Amino acid sequence: MSRFRRLGETGRAPIRLTIDGAEVWALAGDTLMVALLANTAALRDSEFDAGRRAGFCLMAACQDCWVWTEEGERLRACSTEAADGMRIVTRGTAWRIDAS
Amino acid sequence: MADRRVVVVGAGPAGTRAAERLAAAGLRPVVIDEAALNGGQIYRRQPAGFTRPAEALYGFEAGRARAVHGAFEALSGLIEHRPQTLVWHIYDGALHLLCGTKAERLPYDALILATGATDRIMPVRGWTLPGVYSLGGSQIALKAQACAIGAEVVFMGSGPLLYLVAYQYAKAGATVAAVLDTSPFSASVKALPALATRPAMLAKGIYYTARLALRGVAVHRGITPVAIEGDDGVAAVVWRDAAGRERRTACDAVGLGYGLRSETQLADLARCDFAFDPIARQYLPVTDQDGRTSTPGVYLAGDGARIQGADAAELAGRLAACAALRDLGHSVPAAEFASLRAALAPMAQFREGLDTAFPWPAHFAAGFADSDVVCRCECITAGDLREVALEKGAPELNRAKALSRVGMGRCQGRMCGPAAAEVLADALGVPVEQVGRLRGQGPVKPLPIATEIVG
Amino acid sequence: MSAPIQADVIVVGGGIMGAATAFFLRRRGVKVVLLERGLVGQQASGVNFGNVRRQGRFLPQLPLANRSRAIWGQLSELLGEDAEFIATGHVRVCFRAHEADRLEAHALAVREYGLELEILSANELRARYPFLAPGVVAGSLSPLDGHANPRLAAPAFGRAAARAGALVVENAEVLAIEKPGDDFLVETAAATYRAPIVQISAGAWGGTLSARFGEKVPIVARGPQMAVTEPMPYRIAPVVGVFSDNEHEGMYFRQVKRGNIVWGGGWRGPAFPDLLRAYIDPMNTLRQFPMVTRVAPGLAQLRTIRTWSGIEGYLPDDIPIMGPSGKVSGLFYAFGFCGHGFQLGPGVGDTMAELIATGSTPIPLAPFHISRFAMQ
Repeated sequence: MSRFRRLGETGRAPIRLTIDGAEVWALAGDTLMVALLANTAALRDSEFDAGRRAGFCLMAACQDCWVWTEEGERLRACSTEAADGMRIVTRGTAWRIDAS
Repeated sequence: MADRRVVVVGAGPAGTRAAERLAAAGLRPVVIDEAALNGGQIYRRQPAGFTRPAEALYGFEAGRARAVHGAFEALSGLIEHRPQTLVWHIYDGALHLLCGTKAERLPYDALILATGATDRIMPVRGWTLPGVYSLGGSQIALKAQACAIGAEVVFMGSGPLLYLVAYQYAKAGATVAAVLDTSPFSASVKALPALATRPAMLAKGIYYTARLALRGVAVHRGITPVAIEGDDGVAAVVWRDAAGRERRTACDAVGLGYGLRSETQLADLARCDFAFDPIARQYLPVTDQDGRTSTPGVYLAGDGARIQGADAAELAGRLAACAALRDLGHSVPAAEFASLRAALAPMAQFREGLDTAFPWPAHFAAGFADSDVVCRCECITAGDLREVALEKGAPELNRAKALSRVGMGRCQGRMCGPAAAEVLADALGVPVEQVGRLRGQGPVKPLPIATEIVG
Repeated sequence: MSAPIQADVIVVGGGIMGAATAFFLRRRGVKVVLLERGLVGQQASGVNFGNVRRQGRFLPQLPLANRSRAIWGQLSELLGEDAEFIATGHVRVCFRAHEADRLEAHALAVREYGLELEILSANELRARYPFLAPGVVAGSLSPLDGHANPRLAAPAFGRAAARAGALVVENAEVLAIEKPGDDFLVETAAATYRAPIVQISAGAWGGTLSARFGEKVPIVARGPQMAVTEPMPYRIAPVVGVFSDNEHEGMYFRQVKRGNIVWGGGWRGPAFPDLLRAYIDPMNTLRQFPMVTRVAPGLAQLRTIRTWSGIEGYLPDDIPIMGPSGKVSGLFYAFGFCGHGFQLGPGVGDTMAELIATGSTPIPLAPFHISRFAMQ
């Protein structure tokens, strides 16, 4: 299920990402948030209740759209440009605390 | 004097005009901006590869947007533009910058903060559900990405942006399920004399409202939000109409906002004095009419100082630059100060009119259920706040923060601060100014531990 | 001016020392007034790291620390409020062989004080705490130590003292303090208080007050440089401290159950007692980053969302002033805890209350006596 609806500018080149392992398509020039929410309904788990979160302010103020890459990098989805080949984790974390 | 470093933070209308004026005086200011492209939020530019004309993005403001963008482009080579750079702290006469994971300390001789604004939010039950976005965020989705936040969108809250964004959505082909305005019609009537100080702006407001009606969008005034409902995302908004009847509007997205609040964290870290502004019902940095703060060498301009809109921001940016130049020993014609100040005067009056027409619904705070979430980062409820107010002795916001964690999360109180103040003041039975404001703490935004010091 | 408010004891300063003293005095039936300039627990007591640590202390301080640890274990029952104390264990790790030798020597030395530490090899450490970096060579675990929430502990003592009958007065700055006869007179803007006994537990400001009684101390104010990460799954149970010859390597961190990782150490920042402000120097925060990831490399994936400081009082020998005045009868001190007072707080309160109410305590206080700074 997607959340955002594209209303135009759909002539851009396609790019490919994965969300929690599933391959999806987005468009060059999408923010990561748009690339994700054009394909899925939420971006992250809330730490302190059972709910999911899908961002809020879209201008890098609310900090409610941080996602993980499979490699363990943190990205603020609304202020990061989506790139072909990104592998995004929206459930749980990709924190590798163990040192070895 | 050419070696004096003047730094402008923000590349929106205020920052652009400040930089332009500094460059005109022969300086080479550093312009630091979080975004990749100049323009700020109001004149935010779409990424490369997008093809919509300025008229489609900015409507009536297309000309102004083009002018501001053009002015910035004309500064190429005359300024040092540092895009995608966050000022994460200010300390001891220097900015602390973050670009990617590189941190740099940048001392300044004069600093103009043009940090803009974000939405002012009054929470409502269910506001953390996926599908609820700030009004400004809803507009950015459309303006910068040609997206709607959902298939059927309700816009709820108050302020001129409510009508503008609804209009822009409808015009772009989105389905607007309803516009739910908490301010009563009577408030607009009361505000008319002040709003008439800028007839063109008033006319635009009337135009958007009329256009929404023509497109068959339901507009309700004087409503009271009850809840945003849904299991794993927005399914409906429940609200009471002006007559008190409970209504339910099905939708899959909500744009929520009650005007704007200034982004004042950097002014706070620069140790500028703040004072309560009864019209905005917020603590704002104290400035003189030209933008000087209580901290020598630090100036404020635009919505980051007080919410007056983009046109005023352009004037204020230029005025703050004039003030900085004069304080650095440059000669600035008195007539320039006079004309900028005169041009700004009606803006302030119009702003007061907007605050009268679209009042911040402080009284909603009393109506929150104890289980309603106020702080979305930490999931702190109205009940948590009332408990620390009444049982643990929190007479002001920072104590309430220490005891309840309100405002302690990733956003540092940006989203919950104004509402938390109202809930606390209501619980204590004191005026909101008495509970103070959340003190700013660095980093202004989350700072990677992998950050390395450069330079 | 209305008549002075009479009490048995006036405690000046509502940090964790003063609030705990007031609480334990009430449990002994003593009529006590607690005067706090701002809000209880607002200064160093509320902004410190939250360490409930005994290992690594000045040895003669261990009886006090042990008494305090026992109280931490019953704090919720005692106060009727939770200060989030958990006995997660406290582990000190080091990166150099000669430092490991010193950890072992310390473990031997503290045994006679009843503190049992476990010395862990590099392999044992990593088996138990897989987040530790490969470069860690040894560690010392104090299994019964842990951490608590500093924002909650002192206010909880203050409220419990009030519930037990203490007069707790906030926003009551002491404007004048003197002993004109048998009693002390303590003046605030709203009222004057009179009592035969006064305890000064005013943290970094304690020296200003002791000086009024002819006992100057070379106390200086400094600000710890604290930071916290965004919340993460709870994976780091113990408090971790780095034992090093180089004080800038001396980081410490802990994860709270909600998931945030708090750290401090390394550098100290400027503190301005007169302005009631202490600041983070952003460079210190940046310099802390490699120091914490050196111990737990997995922290490099995270972000810090908040930093803070506070005003702590330090003395040249890095131990507090605690016990009776050397000059004025009825005057007692408990201040200047040099950044390590939080764990001691409950024990200091209990010990000072015992000393004040009975005239003696089995806890040895001689090393902390103010007379060691007989300055004029």
